[in-house]
Amino acid sequence: MAELATVTLCINGEQRTLELDTRTSLLDLLRERLRLTGSKKGCDHGQCGACTVLIDGRRANACLALAVAHDGAEITTIEGLAAGGLHPLQTAFVATDAFQCGYCTPGQICSAVGMLAEVEAGWPSHAAADVARAPELDADEIRERMSGNICRCGAYPNIVRAIQAVAG
Amino acid sequence: MRPFRYERVGDDLGAVTAIAATPGARFLGGGTNLVDLMRLGVETPPVLIDVTRLPHDRIDELDDGGLRIGAGVRNSDLAADPRVRAHYRALAEALLAGASGQLRNQATTAGNLLQRTRCAYFQDVSQPCNKRTPGSGCPARQGEHRNLAVLGHSEHCVATHPSDMAVALAAFDAVVRVVGPVGGREIPLRDFHRLPQDAPERDTVLGPDELIVAVDLPLLPVAARSRYRKVRERASFAFALVSVAAALDVVDGEVRDVRIAFGGLAHKPWRAHAAEAVLRGAAANVATFTDAAEAELSAARPLRDNAYKVDLARNVLVRTLEELAA
Repeated sequence: MAELATVTLCINGEQRTLELDTRTSLLDLLRERLRLTGSKKGCDHGQCGACTVLIDGRRANACLALAVAHDGAEITTIEGLAAGGLHPLQTAFVATDAFQCGYCTPGQICSAVGMLAEVEAGWPSHAAADVARAPELDADEIRERMSGNICRCGAYPNIVRAIQAVAG
Repeated sequence: MRPFRYERVGDDLGAVTAIAATPGARFLGGGTNLVDLMRLGVETPPVLIDVTRLPHDRIDELDDGGLRIGAGVRNSDLAADPRVRAHYRALAEALLAGASGQLRNQATTAGNLLQRTRCAYFQDVSQPCNKRTPGSGCPARQGEHRNLAVLGHSEHCVATHPSDMAVALAAFDAVVRVVGPVGGREIPLRDFHRLPQDAPERDTVLGPDELIVAVDLPLLPVAARSRYRKVRERASFAFALVSVAAALDVVDGEVRDVRIAFGGLAHKPWRAHAAEAVLRGAAANVATFTDAAEAELSAARPLRDNAYKVDLARNVLVRTLEELAA
């Protein structure tokens, strides 16, 4: 027997209260219940990053997030980024041809939004020579910080260029 | 995934009471490993007790100059903490060498310690595995074990512990603080994870109704000069084949203090006491570093396809110590 629970989430600025099976991932909630199909299901194991969304402003794998555990959270999906016209990263991905099939792209872009905020907050990465110093976002840093997003078309060079263009 | 009841608790006692009430219940942290294992059918808890809203999300300074890391502190926040980056450098490096940016934002300190092995047989419910189903056998001994243990394994299990963070914590004499139904206790991290022996289903010495509330780092000046070096099959987002956390203090060419732990070699983070004993008071040079590595790794019992790990561990340790001594 399925166990049910009620959750309230703020999704792309809109309060939603839903009764759901406790097993429901945030990704399935978005795609199957709310028809927000921008977030993609790739591996469903947290390995590919296609499902990346922002939970309370931080990037996370929606496939491994149980919706019930995020009661009260603010969720931003690729649809929410585009609310007032395209987000600068979306524009940059188009301008630099940073995709081929496009399946990983919403996850790449949500991940990049979260990643740039992490750099802004001074978080170091594995690519740093000295983790105690403030980060400087070069191409190696971008590749390392984006390693949770797989692109099977291999559009990585232009994904890095798109992110560099926005990071300045 | 099997159906489960979801519960949220208000305090530590509520958490340990709730978990004691239902056999097989599990605490839920970030869920990055547990939810995946539930989806694979490896874990089938009837109840999940969400402990992420307990007040254990801070990193506080201790009176003796150490740090108390709350059990719910996310891996990314711990890695970004300026005190960790400056005074426990290898811990920040280990965290940043693990998983992906997304996963580090979700994963908690306690959950990282309690994550399960990534041995392919453990994660595949169609296969026997003594860790998942005690008594069913260990196909890894004769099967695919290139990534598995060379130290401290048993005929029952050759799995490795996957955490990077725990390797640095083992090197730095961290202490795990837990609470149970009748009060709290402190467990040195080096004793927290078990060797498999004849009970590989038990990864740690934690009781079924005990909750991790914090990890304490003692004041440890040598930790400021430390490195975490990880070898893996791709540049990022992969588990370690071999890793080492090392801290070294050299005065007038002589080793005054040293801490070493290996990852990827055993069922637990492997604190290298034998290597440290060789190094203390010895000349800081490649010959001594090699002797120290050999002293630790002479206990290795590699399997058919993973002897490379012994050479790799020696070389990685020697290179890391050379770098720290320079």
